[in-house]
Amino acid sequence: MGLVDRLLSGDRRAAAQLVTLMEDGGPPAREAVAALYPHTGHAHIVGVTGSPGTGKSTLVYELAKEFRSRDKTVGIVAVDPTSPFSGGALLGDRIRMQKLSTDEGIFIRSMASRGQLGGLARATGDAIKVLDAFGRDIVMVETVGAGQSEVEIARAAHTVIVVDAPGLGDDIQAIKAGLFEIADIFVVNKADREGADRTLLTLRMMLDMGEGSRERGWRPPLVKTVALQGEGSALVADAVEQHLAHLKESGQLHIRSMRLAEEELRRILGQELLSRLLDEIREEQWEFLTKEVAERELDPYTAADNLLASFFQATAGVDERRGYES
Amino acid sequence: MPESKIRVLIAKPGLDGHDRGAKVVARILRDAGMEVIYTGLRQTAEMIVAAALQEDVDVIGLSILSGAHMTLFPRVLELAKEKGLGDVLYLVGGIIPDDDVPALKEMGITGFFGPGASAKEIAGFIKQHVERG
Ligand SMILES: Nc1nc2c(ncn2[C@@H]2O[C@H](COP(=O)(O)OP(=O)(O)OP(=O)(O)O)[C@@H](O)[C@H]2O)c(=O)[nH]1
Ligand SMILES: [Mg+2]
Repeated sequence: MGLVDRLLSGDRRAAAQLVTLMEDGGPPAREAVAALYPHTGHAHIVGVTGSPGTGKSTLVYELAKEFRSRDKTVGIVAVDPTSPFSGGALLGDRIRMQKLSTDEGIFIRSMASRGQLGGLARATGDAIKVLDAFGRDIVMVETVGAGQSEVEIARAAHTVIVVDAPGLGDDIQAIKAGLFEIADIFVVNKADREGADRTLLTLRMMLDMGEGSRERGWRPPLVKTVALQGEGSALVADAVEQHLAHLKESGQLHIRSMRLAEEELRRILGQELLSRLLDEIREEQWEFLTKEVAERELDPYTAADNLLASFFQATAGVDERRGYES
Repeated sequence: MPESKIRVLIAKPGLDGHDRGAKVVARILRDAGMEVIYTGLRQTAEMIVAAALQEDVDVIGLSILSGAHMTLFPRVLELAKEKGLGDVLYLVGGIIPDDDVPALKEMGITGFFGPGASAKEIAGFIKQHVERG
């Protein structure tokens, strides 16, 4: 039996091996995506993001427990950064979730960002598809501890939870500009710490001023938690379920799914076009144009135009030849 | 652009509460370009094997502790084989009594690294034994 068939029959090892296949990329990964894609689209994809150390992993663990008690199966993808120096990575999110490791209704996978900016890895979207096809009701994705540009998760999830905590310095800084806009739910974690109420108040004020919120008709709820003690996680789980209900009732689930599909298609098209273009360009031509640009003989836009022109010429030639053969 | 990395699970089985050595090894392997999943303290054999399976690792590194290894390690290896993880490379780190080494080898543990093992030694051993990456 192939990996995808094994996945569909509930084989955990196959799920794990498929995620590795997706990370390795290339034609085998594409074939696997093509085979499992018809079986996706059922999971509720929930992103969990926020500054480093706010308690994302601890919260994901508590949420996973909560969803299990509600009879839902859970997949978790936890992304940590790859070291730009060695290309290696220390994946530590799992430490906080490891107690759930042996629950058959939970599947946890750590992922290194492998140089990808934006808080996710290149293969995170495909890993989500694997767990979706595996039949998980909810797939939670923990991003790399985010700064302001790590908002890729908004392109991958139906519901985004932004986790904040007191004691991260300046309150306004605590929720970075970009993160505020993508939040469907705000969690103020570490409510046992001093300053939690002030963090909450700041967020409420920003919301009152009309900032944030991706959708009409949904005001992102603010939930206080002490994830370390499991306090408040049921309320967060409620908010996650309410958000999905809202997306469905308002017809926005459909709109959001269309947007996710479009973004993904656009991204893949860009990647494909670039890699095929680079394959097609002869080395001498590449070197020649690079030199021209460096020596100010040619501006970079015109050089790019030249490359594009010869690429389309070359590919048109291929099509003609095919036409002759058939 | 296909890329492949060696994935390593570092686990600290048993009940004792310090893991400095395990963390040092985790960092060494990261710096050698590997993806290292650290599971934390007090891991049962079931937890270690479940994690190794979900993370699809090439290597499992077990940190040794006083005495318990002769009961815990066989359980890990047995379970792992049951779950189809027979081809994983097993390493042990820590102070290993000479008398126990043959039995551990017999169980399927390939690499032994005492407290004096260098970063180069450990990373080199893994790269030599694991094909991918
Ligand atoms: N006081 C307090 N500490 C907490 C709480 N939740 C988590 N922590 C602690 O905060 C630290 C970071 O928690 P994590 O869950 O690893 O945070 P994270 O956001 O996943 O961290 P990164 O993935 O490294 O960005 C740990 O030491 C937790 O024990 C809480 O509610 N209260
Ligand atoms: Mg984390």
